[in-house]
Amino acid sequence: MRTRLIAQLLAAAAVTIGASAPSAAQDKSIIVASTTSTQDSGLFSHLLPLFKAKTAIDVKVVAQGTGQALDTGRRGDADVVFVHAKAQEEKLVADGFGVKRFDVMYNDFVLIGPKPDPARIKGSKDILAALKAIHLAAAPFVSRGDKSGTHSAELALWKAAMLDPAGAKPAWYREIGQGMGAALNTSSAMGAYVLSDRGTWISFKNKDALEIVVEGDAKLFNQYGIVLVNPDKHSAVKKDLGQAFIDWMISKEGQSEIRSYRIEGQQLFFPNANPEHLKKTE
Amino acid sequence: MDGVGAFSLLLSGDPALFAIVRLSLFVTLSAVMLAAAFGLPFGAFVALTQFRGRGGVIVALNALMGLPPVVVGLLVFLALSRSGPLGFLGLLFTPGAMIIAQAILIAPIIAALTRQVIEDLWVEYCDEFTAMDVSPLGRVAALLWDGRFSLVTIFLAGFGRAAAEVGAVMIVGGNIDGFTRVMTTTIALETSKGNLPLAIGLGLVLIAIVVAVNTLAWSVRQWSERHAG
Repeated sequence: MRTRLIAQLLAAAAVTIGASAPSAAQDKSIIVASTTSTQDSGLFSHLLPLFKAKTAIDVKVVAQGTGQALDTGRRGDADVVFVHAKAQEEKLVADGFGVKRFDVMYNDFVLIGPKPDPARIKGSKDILAALKAIHLAAAPFVSRGDKSGTHSAELALWKAAMLDPAGAKPAWYREIGQGMGAALNTSSAMGAYVLSDRGTWISFKNKDALEIVVEGDAKLFNQYGIVLVNPDKHSAVKKDLGQAFIDWMISKEGQSEIRSYRIEGQQLFFPNANPEHLKKTE
Repeated sequence: MDGVGAFSLLLSGDPALFAIVRLSLFVTLSAVMLAAAFGLPFGAFVALTQFRGRGGVIVALNALMGLPPVVVGLLVFLALSRSGPLGFLGLLFTPGAMIIAQAILIAPIIAALTRQVIEDLWVEYCDEFTAMDVSPLGRVAALLWDGRFSLVTIFLAGFGRAAAEVGAVMIVGGNIDGFTRVMTTTIALETSKGNLPLAIGLGLVLIAIVVAVNTLAWSVRQWSERHAG
């Protein structure tokens, strides 16, 4: 009797697990590996219902750091990758794991700092000079340290300022290995400087004693791109549905929806898909 | 929205939060069932059988009770990834993957505690069984039945552990809105958005749910103890 009960339990569990695996025939959904910034800023909650209403395609977003999102695509665990590290996206395509990369939109990075501003850089428009001042003052600086797009951008800026705190690891440079929100929470708690994308900063709720100290430098440009995972490498990739999503994101409609997304009156992302492609997808 | 907001959302039947709570319960209860299906018989087997390396198995079971969820998540992720050995199942980033990960996490807890309970009972019944010449399967059945109230506590230990973990379900579920987002991953997400009061509120809701499940289990036990006389 006991064994029969166990067999029944097992069968129930197997059915449960089996039922949760999407059946290929009727499942009109794709997985998009994207960044925490696009999700936490609420952009997807704005775009996805519109896309679904139009195409009936369910978009399931897995929000990760850019490095992890690219890896998710590389393993074939996502159909589309939507991130912000152009060089790495192009590498995905060059390695044959992505079909083609499209520009979608941009926003910018901002340097966030504690209100007392120990490095005395508030109001500067020169990010490199600001980083040098932080270095000189040995003021606390929180680094994402998670191979995300923002982390890559931060490392590139230090390099451009001819400094290497990530290599030298001084006590004021703190790599936390977490997402943007966690980095902002940490900076808020320890009164540190931190590089953030503007979207996450605007929507972040725990600003507390933090404020923007440096913005507006052309070096703080933050480009987002979208790539279809190559179905030749991973046969499970839903090529047509994934491409439909990409086409919509860079279409006139998708671009205008990105432009209209605002929090507290502030536009978070600026669409900049290639105009030639716009014409083609209309 | 603040901490109180999470409760009023729940009470007012906010469909999104309700779906999250429902999925949490569904995933965790399924995982407990699956883990029990393996853990109960295995624990009973180890308790009642003498074999070479038994001591090692017991130590291993006890040690595995402390499996780090994030490691379980990573192993299940690697197995279920499209590039992994079980990728063809298409289970990654589904509730099924979350059930598997949590079941692996708590199966050792259920097996190790079952082993202990059954072994203790065995000492009591040993002579009786030998005198009555009860078959091994009959012994297992009798002991499991006799220890059923302790086994409920074991289930609750497994349930509590699975309901509370975030590391494994985050990795294998992907925290997909409306599909694999559960209580703990929502709390992690709201924390990362700087929504600390809402995160705390959701945490209190989670604790309340665990307390409710335990209250239910306790009531059932009280009731059945009375009726079992």
